[in-house]
Amino acid sequence: MSGAKNHDYHILPPAITPFIGAMSALIMAVGAVSWMHPDSMPSHGGAIFILGLLGVLGTMFMWWSDVIREAHAGDHTPVVQLHLRYGMILFIASEVMFFVGWFWAFFDFSLFPSALPPIDGLFPSKGIEVMNAFELPLLNTLILLCSGTTVTWAHHALIHGDRQGLKTGLWLTILLGITFTSIQAYEYAHAPFAFGTTPYGSSFYMATGFHGFHVLVGTIFLIVNLIRAYKGDFTPRQHFGFEAAAWYWHFVDVVWLFLFVAVYVWGGWGAPVHGG
Amino acid sequence: MSTTTADDFHGAHAHDDHHDSDHKPGFFARWFMSTNHKDIGTLYLIFAIMAGVIGGAISGLMRAELANPGIQYLHGWAQMMDGPDATMDQAYHLWNVLITAHGLIMVFFMVMPAIIGGFGNWFVPIMIGAPDMAFPRMNNISFWLLIPAFALLLGSTFVPGGSGNGAGTGWTVYAPLSTSGSPGPAVDMAILSLHLAGASSILGAVNFITTIFNMRAPGMTLHKMPLFVWSVLVTAFLLLLALPVLAAAITMLLTDRNFHTVFYDAAGGGDPELYQHLFWFFGHPEVYIMILPGFGIISQIISTFSRKPVFGYLGMAYAMVAIGVVGFIVWAHHMFTTGMTVNVKMYFTAATMVIAVPTGVKIFSWIATMWGGSLSFKTPMVWALGFIFLFTVGGVTGVVLANGGIDDNLHDTYYVVAHFHYVLSLGAVFALFAGFYYWFPKMSGRMYSEFLGQLHFWVFFVGVNMLFFPMHFLGMSGMQRRVPDYTDALAYWNGIASYGYQIMGVGVVIFFVNIIYAFVAGKKAEGNYWGEGATTLEWTLSSPPPYHQFETLPVIDDSGHH
Repeated sequence: MSGAKNHDYHILPPAITPFIGAMSALIMAVGAVSWMHPDSMPSHGGAIFILGLLGVLGTMFMWWSDVIREAHAGDHTPVVQLHLRYGMILFIASEVMFFVGWFWAFFDFSLFPSALPPIDGLFPSKGIEVMNAFELPLLNTLILLCSGTTVTWAHHALIHGDRQGLKTGLWLTILLGITFTSIQAYEYAHAPFAFGTTPYGSSFYMATGFHGFHVLVGTIFLIVNLIRAYKGDFTPRQHFGFEAAAWYWHFVDVVWLFLFVAVYVWGGWGAPVHGG
Repeated sequence: MSTTTADDFHGAHAHDDHHDSDHKPGFFARWFMSTNHKDIGTLYLIFAIMAGVIGGAISGLMRAELANPGIQYLHGWAQMMDGPDATMDQAYHLWNVLITAHGLIMVFFMVMPAIIGGFGNWFVPIMIGAPDMAFPRMNNISFWLLIPAFALLLGSTFVPGGSGNGAGTGWTVYAPLSTSGSPGPAVDMAILSLHLAGASSILGAVNFITTIFNMRAPGMTLHKMPLFVWSVLVTAFLLLLALPVLAAAITMLLTDRNFHTVFYDAAGGGDPELYQHLFWFFGHPEVYIMILPGFGIISQIISTFSRKPVFGYLGMAYAMVAIGVVGFIVWAHHMFTTGMTVNVKMYFTAATMVIAVPTGVKIFSWIATMWGGSLSFKTPMVWALGFIFLFTVGGVTGVVLANGGIDDNLHDTYYVVAHFHYVLSLGAVFALFAGFYYWFPKMSGRMYSEFLGQLHFWVFFVGVNMLFFPMHFLGMSGMQRRVPDYTDALAYWNGIASYGYQIMGVGVVIFFVNIIYAFVAGKKAEGNYWGEGATTLEWTLSSPPPYHQFETLPVIDDSGHH
């Protein structure tokens, strides 16, 4: 019969969020360029950037609110849930390739350091004192690994209908995430080497910095899930929002393990250790 | 192995009735808030045509300047752009801006939006028997992100970027020209333009992969999928895995430019070559991203107008998979002259040549499809035949350039320019025109003029060959790319090439006349206007298809084929 939907796919009504999001991205980009070039671009670049950023964040909020509303309305049939799973996994795959770029830079500098001054074939370059990998970085590794177990605890609690366990597990995961970020901020503030100026400093801060940003995003994702848990969302059978956050959290965890082993332990091997 | 045919279609044929399934939203909601794959595909096609006109006009400026040795117009243009005091340095910078804009526009804002965003969006869901894409709302932001991306790129032309206004780095944006060599906001705007275009493509890739894996109609197994769908699937994986590496690479450009990192700064201990590795790790898959969907379109067309299934269907599908996989491990053949060791050169030479094998499988299978077929040389078919011929020419020069030793001499010459225009301007663009003529009546409901279509082909064919074939001779005579001037000895073939551009331009005018003709006076198109050779699911629907097709999913049954 014509005109009636006889399938389980999700046919959406028109939505303004994509248009608003894209235009906000334009404002954000123009603001960023103006901010970086106050001499030749419009003034108040920082304000324009923040305006655009707010637009992007607002778009995300509206967009995912819509997704949650649709889930409650029953639009997320089993096949649509499968779509969401594929979408999240593919997104994480692209994120992995993003980090490949930063690791590529790091290994280029560490395996093939420039033979010329100021590097003289040394990595980390002369004069750089590295952090002791087995102090705060090791602690942070344990914190992230632990948070991987607490999020799994929350997941199992959810599957078995234990709402209190879900909340406790999520609370712990979020607190561990915040602790990680705080320690990372402390470490940056007390780091014995500068942000730019050397290949070590550049690759260290950009790689760990982008990881830190992802931890922040993952923490926010988990906080959203905690709020939803308090509002009574999620059933033992359907809770993809939670699973997506958990997958993302594990991804961030794995990236950190590579950073810890490659950048902190191996990358600083043999270099003078700060305070050591 | 059989592909699906229209006879296999057992869904409700009531789709031709225009009831609720054809209810369209109002103008603003329909075109600015769309969640409909066909409307979004149309938006992509309109955008790509407009970007193509701009990118093509820029190449017209370049061919005008290059028609004769010496500087003809460049200084005058610089005076128009930068004021009457413009120096020759500003004029040369303008040249760099022109080549950069032409390259970036044609790659990111013409070919990719047209072939993936346009035809992919329109026909992938229909060909697999799905009512829409998996993420209809995300589909729309993939399109709309292109608008700010394009606006940033065009806007960069009007702000300082080094010796003059605009980003003059080449589409490759190599450091240190793009870092310390280009102060001012223009290059930052170009970088952020690429970030947004990249985000658009990554989201699109997620959407296509999910759609193809999860939304195939009952019975539509992977090994029955039309080859165009296969080509988009492989392309989407290349996008998903290659673009984030570009994002990282250009983010490092951004921090080197603005935040004192030294990733690419040799004086600070960084490595300019790192940029080239990261860029080409993306860039080489990128060239397959542009051509693979074209392969898919050509397969559909050759099969339709030979009235035969594609020869060696599985081989054709997995040849594309092989091209996609091997495409990730050949990138440094773009960097043979950076001083790599002979062993590395040998590896990248050999790996690159391996790609000729699956590509050969495709060329020969197209020929074998036509062999013994009932051929009809309608407009899409002549474009497809033109594609096979010209893409093969570009493929052959590609095998020449794959040799590290030969490339030492030909690197950055017009031979390379000739090579990649044969595979892209005469390959990807011929596939685009072939697809356009194949599907335009399906999308619009109107037939175009067959005479004008044929005329467009022949004028365009003569024009582009006159334009690009002499570039082989120029390159072998030592003419450098990206330089607005050349020695008098190269004047003859440059003059011929510029005449070729004008002939090609006439062809483009015929194309637009034909579109206008179709909308003004074109006959109404039937559902399957190509007849029995056209066997994929879009031919089971009306032209244009209902606003939401397949509200009852088609069932693919191949009992008639075994």
